[in-house]
Amino acid sequence: MIQVNNLNKYFGEKHVLKDISITYKPGECSLIIGASGSGKTVFLKSLVGLLTPDSGEIWYEKIQFNALSFKEQRSIRKEIGMLFQGSALFDFATVEENVRFPMDFFTTWSDKEKLDRVNFCLERVNLKNVNKLFPNELSGGMQKRVGIARAIALNPKYLFCDEPNSGLDPHTSILIDQLISEITKEYNITTVVNTHDMNSVMEIGDTVGFIHQGKLVWEGDKENVLTSDCEELNNFVFASRMAKKMKEMMG
Amino acid sequence: MKKSLELIGQYFILMKVVFSTPDKKRIFWKQFFIDAEKLVLNSIPIVAVISVFIGAVLVIQTAYNIESPLIPKMYVGYMTRESLILEFCSTMIALILAGKVGSNISSEIGSMRISEQIDAMEMMGINSANYLILPKIAAATILNPLLMLMSFVLGLFGGAMIIKFTGIITMGQYTEGLQYAFRFYYFVYSMVKMATFSFLITSISSFYGYYAADGSLGVGRSSTKAIVVSSVSILVANLVITQLMLN
Repeated sequence: MIQVNNLNKYFGEKHVLKDISITYKPGECSLIIGASGSGKTVFLKSLVGLLTPDSGEIWYEKIQFNALSFKEQRSIRKEIGMLFQGSALFDFATVEENVRFPMDFFTTWSDKEKLDRVNFCLERVNLKNVNKLFPNELSGGMQKRVGIARAIALNPKYLFCDEPNSGLDPHTSILIDQLISEITKEYNITTVVNTHDMNSVMEIGDTVGFIHQGKLVWEGDKENVLTSDCEELNNFVFASRMAKKMKEMMG
Repeated sequence: MKKSLELIGQYFILMKVVFSTPDKKRIFWKQFFIDAEKLVLNSIPIVAVISVFIGAVLVIQTAYNIESPLIPKMYVGYMTRESLILEFCSTMIALILAGKVGSNISSEIGSMRISEQIDAMEMMGINSANYLILPKIAAATILNPLLMLMSFVLGLFGGAMIIKFTGIITMGQYTEGLQYAFRFYYFVYSMVKMATFSFLITSISSFYGYYAADGSLGVGRSSTKAIVVSSVSILVANLVITQLMLN
């Protein structure tokens, strides 16, 4: 479980995250939605320690993560997997080396054990015969899948995905969403996904949090997203003409 | 002024993180050899070509300037040797490497920064600065003095080639000059300079790459800054080391 209490983040004078409090449970795919520039990525990066909040608490189970030093955070970081918006695969390494990377640093497994785990992770994300390819030889969807394979390489307890569907076609987006959801349930992972894709919300959002101008203004489940009274959320969800028409049809 | 001091402070803070014990020694050595190939071995062709031509030019220029019959012709070899070992093979080669290797390092690390690859390492709990920068600094600082020695030998070879083709002086005079008043200490001086310059090039370029921001334009800017600052640092370090070791 991850618990966030009164999280605040400033960039200079700009108040980017405003007093955010939220709880994420294991086995659930929790989505953070919001417009571009609303503070979703800053929030996610604060959760994993890539940005330091100015105030507030981030608890992983019973450990206050943001009170630890970089070295002390390592034990928790080993249990975190993250899929970055642009996949962030290492250009200098093959697919196999990318997935093996965390194993090289944090395990004492033999080469055979590492290779078996790499192949297992790649098969889990439905990739075969790509071990020796470099990231620039893969399509966007395949890069995301390798990113997921790398994220689950060390059996994480927590999975964070920053805009997993950005730059992907609708069909591939659904496949990636389903993959994230399946992995979450299968391994009972606490998953937090940043997105502004409403398809993802309806597909995999067990719980949904809406961030508007750095503030968490709405929390609920995916069914309530469409019927909420929150004006900012309605403006976001029904922003397109098609969505507005659908809402009118639904009454 | 305040900004410059902040930048210097930031550089030393980064170096403190870089010079921590590597997470896994085996991974460090693997990266060391990869970087040795990329930064040192791949620089051999350009260093070799420049050294041969500069050696040849030095012989022609020195011979042209020694017109007096009272000055023995063997001084052509002596002057060529001294110019190569004292200044060309360390300082000039380092300035060339600042352009070639410096831009390579800063753009590579800068690209990793803006594509979140460094964030991915940090998120895993890996000391990214140590993993990415320390092997580069170590490889260049340890191995570039050998590149300097190679440059020296090839410079002398270039001089010999031009003498063979033009007959500007005899080969005997040239070799006599090369052996005249030989001081091994100059090799030590030159190697110390090259090691220092290599440290400056790799650490400064890594620093600018590591803190690159604002997309591809930012990476370009950091590359340019890395080359300019490395070059100026080399010139200042050259002055300081020469004052300390030769005065």
